[in-house]
Amino acid sequence: MADIRPSASIEAVESGLAAQGYIASRQIATAVYLAQQIEKPILVEGPAGVGKTELAKAIAAWRGMKMIRLQCYEGLDEAKALYEWKYAKQLLYTQILKDKLGEVLGGAPTLEAALNQLHDFGDVFFSKEFVEPRPLLQALEQPAGCVLLIDEIDKSDAEFESLLLEILSDFQVTIPELGTVIAVAPPTVILTSNSERDLGDALKRRCLHLHIGFPEQKLEERIVESRVPGISQTLRRQMVSFIHEVRTLDLKKLPSVSETIDWARVLVLLQAPELGHEMVKDTLNVLLKYEADIEATMPQVSTFIAKASRQNVFG
Amino acid sequence: MRENLHRFFRAARGAGVRLSPAESIDAMRAVSKVGFTDRTILRDTFLLTLAKTQDEKKALGDCFDLFFDQPEPQSPPEDGKPNEQDADGSNAASDSPSETSDGDEQAEGLGELAQMLLAQDRNQISAAIANAASAASLSDIRYFTQRGIFSGRILDQMGIQRLRDDLDHLAATNPALAERLTNALDGLRGTVRDTVSQALMLYGREEAENLRNEILRNAPLSRIEPRQVEQMRHLIRQIARRLRERYSKPRKRQRRGHLDVRRTIRRNAAWGGVPFLTAWKRRHRDKPKIVALCDVSGSVARVSDFFLLLIHSLHEVVDDVRSFAFSGHLIEVSDILESKPPEEAMAEIMSKVGFGSSDYGSSLADFEDEWMSAITPQTTVIVLGDARSNNLDPRADILRRIAERSKRLVWLNPEGRMAWGWGDSEMPRYSTFCTVVRQCATAKQLERAVSDIVASYQ
Repeated sequence: MADIRPSASIEAVESGLAAQGYIASRQIATAVYLAQQIEKPILVEGPAGVGKTELAKAIAAWRGMKMIRLQCYEGLDEAKALYEWKYAKQLLYTQILKDKLGEVLGGAPTLEAALNQLHDFGDVFFSKEFVEPRPLLQALEQPAGCVLLIDEIDKSDAEFESLLLEILSDFQVTIPELGTVIAVAPPTVILTSNSERDLGDALKRRCLHLHIGFPEQKLEERIVESRVPGISQTLRRQMVSFIHEVRTLDLKKLPSVSETIDWARVLVLLQAPELGHEMVKDTLNVLLKYEADIEATMPQVSTFIAKASRQNVFG
Repeated sequence: MRENLHRFFRAARGAGVRLSPAESIDAMRAVSKVGFTDRTILRDTFLLTLAKTQDEKKALGDCFDLFFDQPEPQSPPEDGKPNEQDADGSNAASDSPSETSDGDEQAEGLGELAQMLLAQDRNQISAAIANAASAASLSDIRYFTQRGIFSGRILDQMGIQRLRDDLDHLAATNPALAERLTNALDGLRGTVRDTVSQALMLYGREEAENLRNEILRNAPLSRIEPRQVEQMRHLIRQIARRLRERYSKPRKRQRRGHLDVRRTIRRNAAWGGVPFLTAWKRRHRDKPKIVALCDVSGSVARVSDFFLLLIHSLHEVVDDVRSFAFSGHLIEVSDILESKPPEEAMAEIMSKVGFGSSDYGSSLADFEDEWMSAITPQTTVIVLGDARSNNLDPRADILRRIAERSKRLVWLNPEGRMAWGWGDSEMPRYSTFCTVVRQCATAKQLERAVSDIVASYQ
């Protein structure tokens, strides 16, 4: 066990993701490393906009793999997620082959003989040819492996969860007519959830559970730095600490990382040298998505700006 | 080390993290990939593989810190030597008698434990305690009453009997040394007691909590002490979560056997209307609609408090709740309960209508005048109260009209069945119009009552 240098490999993951513009905390990097090592899916939970989906994209880009995305919604079922028979093609083929069928079976004297002959052709119409692979099956068939992103699993029905269990634990799918399809190369599976409903224990048990919360100030500054390169250091530090102050309020929807980045872009676009009172008031709607939240934050703006610039001096 | 991991898993279960064997296997596999060298990585690994919710992550994190605070048995720690050197320079090399002899000549004839104590080798002692603790299977400790037993067992394992003999012997020959040893023994007892307490915190928390909750569940709500109110609130929230998990499943159920012709045609339009795929009619189930009338007069205020808390924490399950509180007269309290934290909301309700003497008749009349339209044929009406109307007109006719308008009328009475109809209780008169009448004095009965009401909509 002494020869394992986990910290080095975890750092490698961290820098690999960073090269794709995704600044990961050490816990995220550990999760990605472990998912690869023990071949388990990662279930990522956290508030909206903290980069759950981005994580999957960054992993795919870093490893140079294809990313297959399955967006979940209420009513998503087997036919849309796993596979579907190409009915129209089957129908078309039977029509075209009708004449051919007569020729093949023409030699048979009795109905029974014809039936036996037909059996010899096997289940021609239920072969791979006629299966339309949907995202899950596609992911298993990728020869070089891929990143499978099952987005917002909490939006799907409870039945769909059970459907996923076979794929998540064994990386295989059973199609009754064809048998079991086993993954060529086990895909890296990322599931994301906004905790809209509690997921089943069976699903959770099969996954590494990663919770991404709002990042710490230092980390968020690095994220802004990598995503919005044009921003000055002073402004960056001020705006991030301002947002951290806003997050202490009791709001309907707290601003998350994606809002921070949007706001940073806006501030750069408006060429703000530093955080000003008027500037913040005018652009607060980028940060907060509810009227009530904006009203609750307005009176605090001056205090927060003062705090943010003070921190800038000492920090 | 594997033994240690198993003990950690047991401790984690004690901390309230639900761990299945499969999860512990996963954790083992993960640990074998990351090794033990970096403690923060190890901690993250456990958090990722074992904990499945935010709360569990926090509990497991605390448990991890507490657990790896303890020295590991079987392997006396190597570091920390300088620590003991400044305590007593020459005794660093522990138990070789030649070195202890220049301090205390009489120490030679003594038992191992006595020598260890006199040498004041802290690391060795704590390692010995840890070894004795695992020999006495300290991780089986469950209740605080077992502390004495386990302390005794650990001391036995360490050879306290021999130490006592030594003490008796020394008391005659070398009183000064005997006194030193007695002091050291007291110190040792303290340390062992601390170890046991810590183990109790690690392994016994779950049992203790279960025991406490069980007692609390069966305690009469109206008579619990103020300091237990917070615990009770916690328990009620747990109950709410359990009910939510049970009943918040999607409420569409396919009704096999009834073909939905329109959807089938639409779905198969691509194949010229040849029905390859069939669609079945769905039966839509209503979410419960509840109108709750709660007596908040002195005698039942507490029960109403917990009942309202429970009903209003069931958002996912219960679609529409309107709550009314009354004692002398009746007001609607839904908005207060929705907008404020439970403690403040209850205080406000109490200040408005609480603690008066109850008048069921006029309260029911208030309800009929203003809010009768809130009751639809899908509504379950729940009345919570002791039906003691101070010999005023009970107005059972209004209750009859409520029963006729609603799907169900449930009466929950905190008093025991024996008391119904005695004194000024109007229960027999009211109960003729109720679909169900049940006693509801403890958290357990409350859970059953609410669970049955919600289940009737499934």
